[in-house]
Amino acid sequence: MEHHLVLHVVARLLIPLIMLFALYVQFHGDYGPGGGFQAGVIFAVGFILYGLIWGVESLRKVVNPTILRILSASGVLIYAAVGVASMLNGGEFLNYSVLADDPVSGQHLGILIIEFGVGLTVASTMTILFYAFARP
Amino acid sequence: MNDTFVDFCLLVLLVIAALAIHRQRKLFSAVMITGIYSLLCASLFVCLDAVDVAFTEAAVGAGIATILFLGTLAVTSDVEKPQKNINWPGLLLVLTTGALLDYGVSDMPEFGMASNPVHTYLGGTYIGQSAVDIGVPNLVTSVLASYRGYDTLGETAVIFTAGIAVLMLLGRGKHDEEVKN
Repeated sequence: MEHHLVLHVVARLLIPLIMLFALYVQFHGDYGPGGGFQAGVIFAVGFILYGLIWGVESLRKVVNPTILRILSASGVLIYAAVGVASMLNGGEFLNYSVLADDPVSGQHLGILIIEFGVGLTVASTMTILFYAFARP
Repeated sequence: MNDTFVDFCLLVLLVIAALAIHRQRKLFSAVMITGIYSLLCASLFVCLDAVDVAFTEAAVGAGIATILFLGTLAVTSDVEKPQKNINWPGLLLVLTTGALLDYGVSDMPEFGMASNPVHTYLGGTYIGQSAVDIGVPNLVTSVLASYRGYDTLGETAVIFTAGIAVLMLLGRGKHDEEVKN
C-alpha cells in the first residue's frame, strides 16, 4: 500500500472536489444538467475511490454499512413523503404546487426535496453495491 | 457536416471496442475496454445534446460498473473459459434477433422530424407550460421530477430494490463473519 504515493496524493486532491461537484450537480439540477441520480452516483464515486485506494476496511470506518442501508431506504421514503404531504395539503399525490402558497415556489420546493431523496438513495445504494462486491 | 463526421467516428470506435471485447480472452482487459465503450457512448450522448444521460453513462457505465466488474473478477476468475465449438442455435437466435431489430428500425419515423409522434403528443405542452407551471429553467428536471414524478419515484424504488437484492445475494453474512473470526 505504501508504494502508491502518487495515487494517495491525487486521490486526496480529487475526493473533496468530486464530492463538491456532486453537491453542485445535486442542487444545481434545476438550472443545469444533472439532478439527484447523477449527483448520487458521483457522490458514491468519491467514497468508492477512497475505498479503492485506502482499502474497504478503512471505508467501512468512514461510512457504516448499516447506516447506508437506513439512508438508502429513507431516500425513497422522503420522496414518497413529499407525495403524501401534497395529498395532505389538498392536492394530488406528488402535486408539488400545493406545498407552498405560490404554486411555482411549491414546485421548486417539491423538486428540491425529491431530488434530495433520489440522490440519497442512489448514493447509498451504489456504495452498498461496492461493499457487496469488494473483498478486502 | 462536422456533427455527422464526429458521430461517424464515435460509432466506428464503438464497433471496434465491441469487437475488441469479443476477441479479448483476458477478462481484465475486456472490462477495461467495456469502460472505454461506456465513455464512447457518453460522448455520443453529448453529441445528441443529452448531457444528463451522458453524465449518468460516464459515471455509472465507465466508473461504477467497471469497478463492480473488477470486484467480480477478483471473486471469480479473470480468464475466459475457452470455447471451441460454434454454438449454432445461439448464432441463429442472434442473427434472427438482429434481423428483426433491423426490420423494426426501418419502420421508425425519421430521426428529428417535427411530425414524429414523440413531438406531437405531450412534448409541446411540457415545453410550453414548463416555464409557467414550474419555473425551472432545466426542462429535463421539470419533466423528470414534476410532470413525470410517478415514474421517478418508481425508478428510485427500483434502485433501492436492486440494492436489497444484491445485499440478499452477496452482502453481509459471509464477509462480516470472516472479520469477526
